[in-house]
Formats: sequence, structure tokens, C-alpha cells
Amino acid sequence: MTDSTQSASKTYKKKMPILWWTKRTSYLLFITRELTSLAVAYFAIILLFLIRALSQGQEAYNEFIALLKSPTVMLLSMIALCGLIFHSVTWFNLAPKAMVIKVGKRRVPDVLIVLANYAGWLVISVVIGWFLLSI
Amino acid sequence: MKFHAEPFWWSLFGAGGAISALVLPVLLVFFGIAMPFGWVDVPSYEYLHQLVEPLMVRLILLAIISLSLFHWAHRFRFTLYDGFQLHRINLLIAIICYGSAVVITVYTAYSLWNF
Repeated sequence: MTDSTQSASKTYKKKMPILWWTKRTSYLLFITRELTSLAVAYFAIILLFLIRALSQGQEAYNEFIALLKSPTVMLLSMIALCGLIFHSVTWFNLAPKAMVIKVGKRRVPDVLIVLANYAGWLVISVVIGWFLLSI
Repeated sequence: MKFHAEPFWWSLFGAGGAISALVLPVLLVFFGIAMPFGWVDVPSYEYLHQLVEPLMVRLILLAIISLSLFHWAHRFRFTLYDGFQLHRINLLIAIICYGSAVVITVYTAYSLWNF
């Protein structure tokens, strides 16, 4: 009896409506977080374009800068920045759930791991910003 | 030993999630917002070229771009699978997502090698 119910539950797939994630705010936040991966991919491609332009020469670089200044790309970049920041914040806040760090036998408190992530984010941003601004 | 694909893709997803969360926002603020709006000067071609040229910087850029793409591939695959209930074409989605991450990684490595 138990066996048959177990095997039945293994093959049972609940039919979900395709828009199930619009039902609750928490579901919407979940799907938004998942969709931030599009912003990550978008900007990875932009970085690849930058590298291509730099390796091709001054003219290609100028064209790339003009592309970044086009209204469509600027709009996409602004949307992507919202996505990237949402990605960073949700990623860092979940970090203690993904990694348990122990010092001796004591577990490092979650809040310290989160703060360390934000500190790392700040330091890396300042270093990269400094390189880009010291022309 | 049987090779399990899921932990492998997850580790790339995790590494990409971390590296993209740490480095991409500042780069997007600079190249996507501050520079187009004219808040900062456009870096000269020569300056950026010499900044990217060292092998170490090129390797870091490859890691950033590639891992970010694998992060996208894994997460977007499950967005389509769980979010949009596309269970029937699961394999096709996986091949397209991971496949494009692999192809663009190879192209990025090639571009950086010939920089």
C-alpha cells in the first residue's frame, strides 16, 4: 500500500498555470530575481563587444562608444543596472545559506558573512572605479 | 564513477553569481550610465587598450565574462523550466542555454588571445 502510493507520487506532476508566479508578491520577487540573469548576460556581452572593439582599433572603439550612447542601449543599460543591483543584493543576502563558515567549533554568524560580502563589493567597486577614472 | 552534470553546472552558476554580483554593477554604472550621460570622460582608446593588455587582466576578463554567461545559462534554464512550465522541451532548453555559454566563452577566449 505504502509502496504503491510512493511510486504514484514519484510520477505525479502537478499541473501549474503558466502564470503561477503572478499570484503572490513573494513569487513575483522570485521570478524577478531569476530574470536578473538576463541583465548579467546582457552586460557580459557588452564587455565582449568592448574587448572586440579594443582589439580592432580606434575606429571600432569609437563606434562602440557611439553604440553605448544610443538611446536604446542606454535604456537597456538602465534596466540592466536595476537587475544587476537586485542580483547583487539577493546574492549577498543569501550567501550565509550557501556557505557555512566555522572558526574553531563556532559558526560564523550570518550577519558577518553578509557584511563581508558587502565590504568585498565596495572594495572591488572602488578599485575598478579608480582604474577607470584615473585616465 | 558516473559523471553527474547537475553539480558541475551548479558550481559554474555559483561562481558566476558571485563574480557577477561583485564586479558587474560598477562596470555597468561606468560604461552604461555615467559615460553615456557625460558624467565622466570617455577613457582614451590607448588607456583602455593598455589596461586590458596584460595577460592577467585578460584572464580575469575571460573568467568574468564566461562565468557570468554560465550563471545566466543555469538560472535562465530553470526560469523557463519552473517559471514558465516548459517541461517538455527541457533538454532542448538546456542545450541552447549551456551551448550558447560554451560558444560565447570560446569566442571570448579567442578574442582575448588575439588581443
